[in-house]
Amino acid sequence: MAVDAARFSLTPSPRTRRRKLINVLMQALATLAALAAVAVLALVIGSVAQRGASALSWDFFTKTAVTFGQSGGGVANALVGSLVIVALATAMAVPVGILIALYVSEFAPPRIADLSRLVLDVLNGLPSIIIGIFVFGLLVIGSGQAAWKGSFALAIIMLPLIARATQEVLALVPSSLREGALALGASRWRTVLGVVLPTSLGGILTGTVLAIARAAGETAPLLFTTSIAANAVTWDPRQPVLSIPYDIFILSESADPADHARAWALGFVLISFVLVTSLTARLLLVRYRKKLEG
Amino acid sequence: MDTMGAVAPIEIAQAREAPLSASDREAVFETRGLTVSYGKAPAVSNVDLPIYRNLVTAIIGPSGCGKSTFLRSLNRMNDLIPSAKVDGEVLYHGQNIYGDGVDPVEVRRRIGMVFQKPNPFPKSIYDNVAWGLRVLGMKDDLDGRVERALTQAALWDEVKNRLKKGAFGLSGGQQQRLCLARAIAVEPDVVLLDEPASALDPIATTKIEDLMHELKNEYTLVIVTHNMQQAARVADMTAFFTLERTESGGHGVLVEYDETPKIFTQPDDKRTEGYVTGRFG
Ligand SMILES: Nc1ncnc2c1ncn2[C@@H]1O[C@H](COP(=O)(O)OP(=O)(O)O)[C@@H](O)[C@H]1O
Ligand SMILES: [Mg+2]
Repeated sequence: MAVDAARFSLTPSPRTRRRKLINVLMQALATLAALAAVAVLALVIGSVAQRGASALSWDFFTKTAVTFGQSGGGVANALVGSLVIVALATAMAVPVGILIALYVSEFAPPRIADLSRLVLDVLNGLPSIIIGIFVFGLLVIGSGQAAWKGSFALAIIMLPLIARATQEVLALVPSSLREGALALGASRWRTVLGVVLPTSLGGILTGTVLAIARAAGETAPLLFTTSIAANAVTWDPRQPVLSIPYDIFILSESADPADHARAWALGFVLISFVLVTSLTARLLLVRYRKKLEG
Repeated sequence: MDTMGAVAPIEIAQAREAPLSASDREAVFETRGLTVSYGKAPAVSNVDLPIYRNLVTAIIGPSGCGKSTFLRSLNRMNDLIPSAKVDGEVLYHGQNIYGDGVDPVEVRRRIGMVFQKPNPFPKSIYDNVAWGLRVLGMKDDLDGRVERALTQAALWDEVKNRLKKGAFGLSGGQQQRLCLARAIAVEPDVVLLDEPASALDPIATTKIEDLMHELKNEYTLVIVTHNMQQAARVADMTAFFTLERTESGGHGVLVEYDETPKIFTQPDDKRTEGYVTGRFG
């Protein structure tokens, strides 16, 4: 009887007790690591906000820089510059990125599709300074800087992000939808354009928004292509313009402590933009998934 | 499911008019030595089968005997599966749809299809029907065409007040009738249906079956089903396929093809008899 009681005992033996301990320990460690990531993010945002808060004002958003020692002045030219550069980069990268994704997932033979995916991943891994110097050699030498040349460099960075994200959502489109369209006597291209692409729009938008968030913070490619700018607001993409990340760099190099505060404030603006866009992208993706799953 | 046939004797629809006598029939399709393989393995082998105009032809047989494969070879849907290979001929009004110079897109606009699982587009009810019409350039009187197709599919009354609403809001049975409406809106010659009611409840199933009686006046219908009662109720002609075991697995073959009452009451082949009386292994 005693033997059986031990065999069917439901209270932990020393061995299971040790296993339980390890389990608890590992769980605690993993939780701690996750918390650390959140803490780092909070710390970065908090300290940037704290140091920059004093510089945030109406003037900050609407004026351009003032000369050393004067009070007031702002970063309007950098804000507008980034808007122009990133908008143009998006306009270049989105159509090409979508076309690449369509080719890879709807038309290319499997081996070429695999190869294209690899190429996109390598492109995505290229250091942005390499892309900057490439565009510098291609477009800037001989003819000078311009905002659109910065956009071109950012578009190269955005391209693989948009193409890969689009590919992933195209793969989520059920093949029964393609069959339904083809069975009506629609061509492959009409099927893609009329049924596959509209179904994937939510996902493509998400990928685009994430790519914009990434491109908005890139500094190195702009250093080579659009950094020597006049201290004035310009919407003309043929002129070199200042950008948020590059302006942060300039302001932090300044001897004026007020400029340092402006650098922090501008950093805060950039982080806020990236946070809001990334969160929007997440929400869009959740909604899109729900819609596809019916 | 199939064993039900053994319990309840299969009813053959009484009201049906006799199918055209053999000499009056006009073949829409004629397959000649049709073999469809995935990779090296044939899924269905050496099928010779004529399909007649304005009749409902049912394809019955156990799971995996190649019913879907056969059906999909009639409008070149198998082209979409890279490993699928077709040997032999599928003559459509005398021309081989696998012949040189034949455009599969042209084939499919004449030979429509309704699938096992309802697959409406993520668009409005109206656009589900109108999309194919727009693609094929049938844009005159679009509203009228959409209404006619939905009426023919016995769906108009249920959706006429919500045409702009998404198709995913419809029930499964309504979605399947929408897919049928979408298919007939573009005025095909033939409609292929691959177990169109297998995902539906009995009431929705009855609706689809009733529709088939109506639609055959205008179209030639080929329906795959593994529900024998359904075949008996809707089909004029029935083809029985079975799985022939070989050393390297097995492949589907056509066992017997005849008028439906004959297949269900006096089949020539022992295997057909075994299947329709529920004694199939
Ligand atoms: N896309 C495919 N790739 C490879 N084999 C397939 C494919 N579709 C069907 N098959 C095989 O072909 C045979 C017949 O399948 P199918 O035509 O779907 O039969 P049924 O519709 O009669 O159940 C099965 O053995 C199945 O595994
Ligand atoms: Mg099947």
